Amino acid sequence: MQDLLYFLQQLINGLTIGSAYALIAIGYTMVYGIIGMINFAHGEIYMIGAYTALITITGLASLGVAWLPLILIVALICAVLVSSSMGWAVERVAYRPVRGRHRLIPLISAIGMSIFLQNYVHLAQGSRNIGFPALIQGGFQFGDPDSFQTSISYMQITIFITTLICMTALSLFISRSRIGRACRAVSQDLGMANLLGIDTNRIISATFIIGASLAAVAGLLLGMYYGSVDPLFGFIAGLKAFTAAVLGGIGSIPGAMLGGLILGVSESMTSGYLSGEYKDVVSFGLLILILLFKPTGLLGKPEVEKI
Amino acid sequence: MLEVRNLSMRFGGLLAVDQVSLDVNEHEIVSIIGPNGAGKTTVFNCISGFYCPTGGKIRFQGEEVQGKPDFKISRLGMVRTFQHVRLFSKMTVVENLLVAQHRHLNTNLFAGLLKTPSYRQQEQKALDRAAYWLDRVGLLELANREAGNLAYGQQRRLEIARCMVTEPQLLMLDEPAAGLNPAETRDLNHLIVSLKEDYNVSVLLIEHDMSLVMEISDRINVINQGRPLACGTPEEVRQNDDVIKAYLGEA
Amino acid sequence: MAAQNFKHALFCAIVTLVISYPILGLNLVAQGTQVVLEGADTATLISIVLAAVAVFLFQLFRDHIMGSVGKMPNLNPFANREPMEQSKRQRLDTIVLTLLVIGALIWPFLVSRGSVDLATLVLIYVMLALGLNVVVGLAGLLDLGYVAFYAVGAYTFALLYQYFNISFWLALPIGACLAATFGFLLGFPVLRLRGDYLAIVTLGFGEIIRILLNNMTWLTGGPNGIGGIPDPTLFGMEFGRRVKEEGNTLFHEVFNISYSGNHKIIVLYLITLVLALFTALVIRRFTKMPVGRSWEALREDEIAARSLGLNRTSVKLSAFTIGAFFAGFAGTVFASKQGFISPESFVFLESAIILAIVVLGGMGSQIGVILAAVAVIILPELAREFSEYRMLLFGLAMVLMMIWRPQGLMPMRRIHIELKKQE
Repeated sequence: MQDLLYFLQQLINGLTIGSAYALIAIGYTMVYGIIGMINFAHGEIYMIGAYTALITITGLASLGVAWLPLILIVALICAVLVSSSMGWAVERVAYRPVRGRHRLIPLISAIGMSIFLQNYVHLAQGSRNIGFPALIQGGFQFGDPDSFQTSISYMQITIFITTLICMTALSLFISRSRIGRACRAVSQDLGMANLLGIDTNRIISATFIIGASLAAVAGLLLGMYYGSVDPLFGFIAGLKAFTAAVLGGIGSIPGAMLGGLILGVSESMTSGYLSGEYKDVVSFGLLILILLFKPTGLLGKPEVEKI
Repeated sequence: MLEVRNLSMRFGGLLAVDQVSLDVNEHEIVSIIGPNGAGKTTVFNCISGFYCPTGGKIRFQGEEVQGKPDFKISRLGMVRTFQHVRLFSKMTVVENLLVAQHRHLNTNLFAGLLKTPSYRQQEQKALDRAAYWLDRVGLLELANREAGNLAYGQQRRLEIARCMVTEPQLLMLDEPAAGLNPAETRDLNHLIVSLKEDYNVSVLLIEHDMSLVMEISDRINVINQGRPLACGTPEEVRQNDDVIKAYLGEA
Repeated sequence: MAAQNFKHALFCAIVTLVISYPILGLNLVAQGTQVVLEGADTATLISIVLAAVAVFLFQLFRDHIMGSVGKMPNLNPFANREPMEQSKRQRLDTIVLTLLVIGALIWPFLVSRGSVDLATLVLIYVMLALGLNVVVGLAGLLDLGYVAFYAVGAYTFALLYQYFNISFWLALPIGACLAATFGFLLGFPVLRLRGDYLAIVTLGFGEIIRILLNNMTWLTGGPNGIGGIPDPTLFGMEFGRRVKEEGNTLFHEVFNISYSGNHKIIVLYLITLVLALFTALVIRRFTKMPVGRSWEALREDEIAARSLGLNRTSVKLSAFTIGAFFAGFAGTVFASKQGFISPESFVFLESAIILAIVVLGGMGSQIGVILAAVAVIILPELAREFSEYRMLLFGLAMVLMMIWRPQGLMPMRRIHIELKKQE
């Protein structure tokens, strides 16, 4: 019974982290699907979202605001605002001028942007990690109070629900709205979409903004969950989210969600049963294994070369 | 030499090639013709190993080769050209031909680094072979020019020379006359026939240009919408009602 | 038109404010256990506002500004000259290179110790960049985990010395071959992946190696690394003040000169120079051999290459393995130079820097790569006062280089194999 509870705990933790990874992974997968480039700076956008949320919360606290829902909503709005603006700006400044060139060029530009943003926040806010208040506390436990108890915290539930809402909203948006349709068109054939009068630049910007907003949400959620932020944690999270996106099949939004969950669960299982040190090794190992058998990822479409 | 039986290729819901069969014997020029979109290039891609056919058998010199990867099929003696010329454009003309001979060269790293006599001999032989074929297709003066800078007709000939330098048994040409003017097409005719006669190479070609096809083919296969429509000598095919209907539509 | 421009300019300015003010203008400061918000100092606030204004003005008058930039005379006086005939160019290259090498041999005796030390580091990066050039520039494979092979070379030497007392010169080929083996093993399963997937997988490998090095403390010393790595000896002579190994003589005793700390540094520099030259020459030789031609063919048009019998996996594997080999070389030298290595030296940022050097130098071009290595390593050293902003500027420079000169400092001019006229 104990073992089952322990397993369940790892599962719950894994799904929680996994859904947050999924939120970040969507940003990678949408950008890749639409312009075929790896947005290396996306992890930093997530990190900036987390920092902005923290700044807002601290600011509101010092103004004496105490009503939790208000704090969260304002923090969310501010984080989304700043992250989307940053995402938009990065696309305009670093990616648009080099779009369409040989693959390596946007990649280097993205890596450069990632380094730039990491140091930007480092210089502005210092390099040590800063505590993030755990605003949502408590949860339920079940199991025997004398031995192991599985707990689900309200924070975890919040993460699940928020992620679910975001995913549903995104799916509806992509399938129903005009811009969503345009996104799908552009991701299939940029040239053609252009010829049909779709303002592809605007759609591409929209993609970056959507990805950045979701990353900001993840920033707020994970900031509260982990309890701290530092300028470098975006890179690691970004790498994991990108791994998740590739695992699920890059370019596929359901793939990003699936990949995120799988990655989260594998990490937490490794931490729980082997050792926390090796969880990244297992994650990458999993990626390599899956790519060996499904080179385009789990839900990725196999490419047929046109000869 | 080449036996294709009931070849099928399905892409998801689309059956691009449906039960196509054809033969190519020694010392023969066989053509595949058909309206656009009939699946001719797909057949080529299946035979040359770029696609893995979803059904059917392909035998080359008695050996089953369907599903084998492209580079292995090329090494067995079947090489092909492409509908849109695929050259190594930043490399020179002669270098294109050297790459094609990769298999016959001494690729031992140390031999190359130390410039051993055997290495130098093989490189020289490769250059000589390249020079021979360039001369044969009339591109010798352009040997040191970047392949991308050649005129279209010259690029086409280079592609053929590049195939020939691998000493193939079956040469597969995908629309070799596309974009050529009548004079160039005539030269191409002569070239292909001489490849058959003088070098004992069989040729399988896809073409739209009827004059070329009718003049040099020993046999013609007609494909329409992925399905075989007719097969026979140029005379037979020219008079086949189904073929006429397919090309010109119902009266 | 003007109204649109105005709106757009205003929008950009607002975005600038949004992305700068919260992060730059409001600092999170820890006061005891609490975290509070402090407004930033006036200078920062003013610069934020100025930045927004600058962006506004730039966007407003963008067409005029870009127009006049286009009309500026070309700064490069050689831009419109006819390209030189190949044999002449090769002779010129050889002359220039010989002069450079002679200069490089004489130079260390004339300058300070610190400069020579820095130059050795530059040469190590040159080796790394030349090796990565084979993978990325010549074969066109996106490798983001090159640092893993660098680490293998370094740790091999460190461990071989620690357990078996193996000297530098023996460890050099062993380390390189081991790195090449890793390259082969790692490359084998993944090289058939498409470009971007290959990128993330190689990045993953790099991280896996680093994490393993960090955690397998029983073997690698974990985060504390391994120290006591010796300098190279030459013909049994050591270059320190006292003999560390039994049976070795001391350089300054053998030649009857007074000991100087410079000896060690200069010798290491010269050895690295020789190795770097070796690397450059071998790789250059490879490009003229069938193996180099196969890399290029595969990069130019993979489908055509396959149709001619080139096995894509073998070709990619050869590039990957050879690239790894030279990383192993560089790793061994690095270990010897530092005397101490730890996983900290082998983070992803290193792979990114090496990649940046390759792209900056103009993929495929050897001279360009050398110039770029010099620029990337030396410039930050020169800008010492800005050390805080070093990485910031580095990131910015990467972005700007890609926008303004993506073909690199010296875009590669191929050396063709020529058909000689037979008379």
